Amino acid sequence: MAKSKGQTTREKVEAGLPRRRRKELMFKFVGMLATTVGVVFLGVFFSTLIAEGSSAFKQTFMKLDIELAEDVIAPGGELDLAYADFDGLVRSALREAIPEVSGRRDRRELYRLVSVGAAYQLRDLVEANPELVGTKQTMWVPASSNVDMLIKGNIDAELDESLRPISDKQIAWVGTLQDDGRIETRFNKALFTNGDSRDPELAGIKGAVMGSLYMLIVTIALSFPIGVAAAIYLEEFAPRNRWSDLIEVNINNLAAVPSIVFGLLGLAVFINWASLPRSAPLVGGLVLTLLTLPVIIIASRAAIKAVPPSIREAALGLGASQTQVVFHHVLPLALPGMLTGTIIGMSRALGESAPLLMIGMVAFIVDVPGGFNDPATALPIQIYLWADSPERAFAERTSAAIIVLLGFLLLMNLAAVILRKRMERKW
Amino acid sequence: MSIHRKVIALTAAAAVGLTAAASVFAQAGRDYVYVVGSSTVYPFSTVVAERFGRSSEFKTPKIESTGSGGGLKLFCDGVGVDYPDVANSSRAIKRSEVETCASNGVTEIIEVRIGYDGIVVANAIGGDTYELSREDIFLALAKEVPGEAEGELIENPYTTWKDVNAKLPDVKIEVLGPPPTSGTRDAFVELAMEGGCKATPWIAALKKSDKNQYKSVCHTIREDGVFVEAGENDNLIVQKLQANPDALGIFGFSFLDQNMEKVKGSLIDGVEPTFDAIADGSYPISRPLFFYAKKAHVDVIPGLRGFLREFTSERAWGEEGYLSDRGLIPMPDEERNAVATAVRDLTPLSLAAE
Repeated sequence: MAKSKGQTTREKVEAGLPRRRRKELMFKFVGMLATTVGVVFLGVFFSTLIAEGSSAFKQTFMKLDIELAEDVIAPGGELDLAYADFDGLVRSALREAIPEVSGRRDRRELYRLVSVGAAYQLRDLVEANPELVGTKQTMWVPASSNVDMLIKGNIDAELDESLRPISDKQIAWVGTLQDDGRIETRFNKALFTNGDSRDPELAGIKGAVMGSLYMLIVTIALSFPIGVAAAIYLEEFAPRNRWSDLIEVNINNLAAVPSIVFGLLGLAVFINWASLPRSAPLVGGLVLTLLTLPVIIIASRAAIKAVPPSIREAALGLGASQTQVVFHHVLPLALPGMLTGTIIGMSRALGESAPLLMIGMVAFIVDVPGGFNDPATALPIQIYLWADSPERAFAERTSAAIIVLLGFLLLMNLAAVILRKRMERKW
Repeated sequence: MSIHRKVIALTAAAAVGLTAAASVFAQAGRDYVYVVGSSTVYPFSTVVAERFGRSSEFKTPKIESTGSGGGLKLFCDGVGVDYPDVANSSRAIKRSEVETCASNGVTEIIEVRIGYDGIVVANAIGGDTYELSREDIFLALAKEVPGEAEGELIENPYTTWKDVNAKLPDVKIEVLGPPPTSGTRDAFVELAMEGGCKATPWIAALKKSDKNQYKSVCHTIREDGVFVEAGENDNLIVQKLQANPDALGIFGFSFLDQNMEKVKGSLIDGVEPTFDAIADGSYPISRPLFFYAKKAHVDVIPGLRGFLREFTSERAWGEEGYLSDRGLIPMPDEERNAVATAVRDLTPLSLAAE
């Protein structure tokens, strides 16, 4: 047949070669293009995130000389922390720093330069050191978010006054304060030590981080033992029949179920039926357990399957029982794979927000949760809430929270990689 | 052996931990106020909660953002520590909801109107300032508009603003707005669309003769890509407007207030969306905001009475209160006084008044 056109096989192959080479080149090119596009997107994502979020790690502070007047804080010699007018003390210190301001309207504008957090800071100071009452303290207090935005350059002072949230007068006063050395940007500790707040300069992610932590504790405490036990049973002990096939198919399907479905399930079972409280990390942890369990079971089964049969057979040959084989030999060898699977499952749980929407985690919670049934929110939900806030300064805090979340995810995935590298055994 | 033991120990620890945790949940009361509801009221409610939490001896209330309908549903589920004390809402409670509440034992509900929120139609700062009437809005965005003959409805043919009204610029109609699940969308449809819809006399007459037809004509937004549902996030709409100078966006006044150098509001029926215009009622697309509280929970849940008082205090919702800094438009003095008195006396909502 090959010779019917007077061609040898070799000639035919050679004739086709350029076409095949072209195809190969094309494929290589497409592959490179795909990778480049991916890398570019990632690069753009990270650079915008860091460009926008990095400024949130700094916060503008204002130096004020605050008179801790005895007649305000301790009228009649008794400390009155709940009703003392700390705001008033902060305001009079501000008036002292910029003495030329007069008139009610102007003063109101002046007071907006300092954060409401200044009064809380003052109260905490007096509460911790009652002996300071009657003295004058030089304190660095947070500036309001508008001043912060101005100093960071997120508000353009060149714009027309009507187009920016800070007035010409306020900008002039900030200038005076700067000239007096009363304005400084410092590390934004509040971002890591405070719970949520509606004042951007006081808002922090500690509440959300603790909420996520409590949830992950519940999740790992439940899903690791259950997942590993299920994997061992299915792999080593379960009879192969229609039922075990059915279970296997179901577990694989569960791993692909959209996460919001688990949220609905959690709402129906844990909240409506078991009447656990809404917004509690316990319920969040239970829902995330449902979510991660299939992932852990599948990873653990794969790890068990990867243990060479020769190990099992050798142990059985030396007279070990099935249970001894599993727990003395198979499990220790499969453990690194299982742990890796668990960590990957946990990092998925950490980034999950959809199932938590259903169980009341989209909530404004100021107090940092101190236990498993305190109302709490999670890091991804905090990001969602901040992204939706009208105040401008929340934009950079949203990016900062995303950076922190990505940092945690990176750490967990790194732990998984290191674990695999250090404990894995090659046969 | 060691691994065996470890696994058993771990499982046992988990089981013990869970039972211990579960037993804690046989809750003995709740020591914080629990608020649910509208995402429009959320920014105001949270500020009050935070100030209240910081300045009183009570814990900071917990505020869940569930949307008005979802919040009222939770609210009406029953009386007791498991159920919310307060529901925020960007619309008045419906009769059907009051009935659901009553059938679950929630009988005495205190209605608190907290102020107004304007809905603005805005575009990027560089573009023309639009002067729209509600009729223009209806004609530009309705799925079906009145045709030449009376009683005739045709598929919306308009593609540019000039088509709608010769005085408007020759720019393609493109409007970004909230999805149907949003309270802002409900209010926009009711106030702007329906307001413009009524301008055609025979449609206004429909309201009496065929209410369903009237609603479907006035409330249905076109689905041919001219109206883009941009999600619940108003910040996103502001960003998209900046990127696309020809588009208009629909969102709450507080977002306009915070982004004055990026976007500007269109005049509606000749009125600019300013704080004062919304407060005195001359700006046509504004709506009252509410919250509802359970009388049965007052003095049972610690801090609830204080939270209600804080919300209705002059320093919060007054002309110069901290809520007005956040974009809530205060009610006139006498209305504020009346509501504050009702809150102090815990006067419940009566069905007849609704």
